Amino acid sequence: MNSRIWHIATNTFREAVRDRVLYNLIAFALLMSGAAVLVGQISIGIERLVVINLGLTAVSLFGIVIAIFIGIGLVSKEIEKRTLYTVLSRPVRRWEFVAGKFFGLSGTLIVNTFFMAIGVFVALLYVSHSFKHADTGILIALYFIVLQFLIITALALLFSSFSSPLLSAVFAFALFVIGTFAEDLRGFASLTHGVTRWLATGAAYLVPNFSALNVISQVAHESSVSRQLIAYNTAYALVYTIAVLSATALVFERRNLK
Amino acid sequence: MHAIEILGLEKTYSIGFWRKRPKRALHPLHLAIEDGEIFGFLGPNGAGKTTTLKMLMGLVFPSGGSARILGMELDDPRMKAQIGFLPEQPYFYDYLTARELLRYYGQLSGVDSRQLSSSVNAVLEKVGLRDAMNVQLRKFSKGMLQRAGIAQAILHDPKVVFLDEPMSGLDPMGRREVRSLIEELKEEGKTVFFSTHILSDAEALCDRVAVINLGQLRGVGAVADLTSGVKGKVEIVWQGSAVPAAIKSSGGETHVAGETTRAVISEQDQDAAIDALRRDRLRLISVTPVRASLEDYFMAQLRLGAEEAVTR
Repeated sequence: MNSRIWHIATNTFREAVRDRVLYNLIAFALLMSGAAVLVGQISIGIERLVVINLGLTAVSLFGIVIAIFIGIGLVSKEIEKRTLYTVLSRPVRRWEFVAGKFFGLSGTLIVNTFFMAIGVFVALLYVSHSFKHADTGILIALYFIVLQFLIITALALLFSSFSSPLLSAVFAFALFVIGTFAEDLRGFASLTHGVTRWLATGAAYLVPNFSALNVISQVAHESSVSRQLIAYNTAYALVYTIAVLSATALVFERRNLK
Repeated sequence: MHAIEILGLEKTYSIGFWRKRPKRALHPLHLAIEDGEIFGFLGPNGAGKTTTLKMLMGLVFPSGGSARILGMELDDPRMKAQIGFLPEQPYFYDYLTARELLRYYGQLSGVDSRQLSSSVNAVLEKVGLRDAMNVQLRKFSKGMLQRAGIAQAILHDPKVVFLDEPMSGLDPMGRREVRSLIEELKEEGKTVFFSTHILSDAEALCDRVAVINLGQLRGVGAVADLTSGVKGKVEIVWQGSAVPAAIKSSGGETHVAGETTRAVISEQDQDAAIDALRRDRLRLISVTPVRASLEDYFMAQLRLGAEEAVTR
């Protein structure tokens, strides 16, 4: 990473910390401790399943909300407040700015996920008193959640580079919801014929496949996640993220900052 | 080599939602600014000053023409490392302290990390923010933000400094400090290009000025050269409080003070006014030419521009 991207990324991280984004961890901690105590009392034999399901879903939702609501302002807020003028009048290329913003928010989300993951494991330990070998699957699920964050951050950044924050939020959230049902969309596309099939298949493959990145239920039921899926999801998330970031850079390179 | 060379730079925006129509923000602009010069870019609000500066900074892309700064293209990072820019009404990352902000900008400008702390401290001292260096910018007044803006523009010791309305929002003390800061920059051999609509500042500071209105360059040159072509005014003082009709109708300003009356009228009405005083048997005390100011030149150019726009 070149030094300018690094400095923009660290400044973005600092902004998130000072804007008290990490305060969501308090809400998460309260949720997990409440859930652990409650689950211990009302569910017999399935405490682990409930805590893992609830914990990982919360990690995912908290992160997605942060990725969308901070991501949509990463570029548009800088244009609106004109803070961008004093950055781009320096030897900083526009694509470097985009990359720095992406890494900064991704770093914030990874740190956030790290602390939330500790919360999940502590709650799990509270309800089951020990860890099992199958619990390593939770780490894989968390890794996939982080991959989802990378994709949604890149998408929020793309929308932020040409649209208003409100529209960007709508677009990013809609894509997240559609992406969650990407496998169903692909199945639907395979049932159609002719031009419709081409169009439906194209659309199904264009939206991010978040369903392949969701193994929460599988992990909660102690099923193993194949190495092949880990490799596939890693490659998919990286290629998708790089493609979206490249599109963002292309759009932003041509934009007049009026 | 010129410090700044603008060759026919122009900008046309498309406005409207369904039926787009062109709106020219800047007609082809030709300017050459010498090394070490303080150059004032004058014009009323909406004249095209900020659009020109944004194009030079690579924030807005020109529709035509080109420009070079220090002999380099506008997108050359080597050139950008040697320029400083203060935008109009600057707004900075308000969660940072002044010191953190300047460190960040210094890092982006490629200031050596070993020199960064001393450069930041020196520039904070220079703009009078040393005592507020650890205060978050969200607690800064408008004047303090302007100073922070100037600090970030000169932090990395640039060769050319662009200032967009550097005096706006400052009290008279602040304006005087910024003026002396700009003079210091000139003494250090830097080229300063600043836009303003405060003509007294430009008159006091600039080696040369350019006047722009409705996106068109109306004139460029040294203040004395530009104002010499403006038809001057004369001040006539006479005894008594009566004002002859010929002076009243000339449209000049008249003030009665005790036993004397003073009128400032245009040079061309001078003879008619003196004849009128004689006819009314009023004793003439003095006739003094009033030197044309940059404001007179500026106003004359704006009037000319408006007349041309009407005839078009």
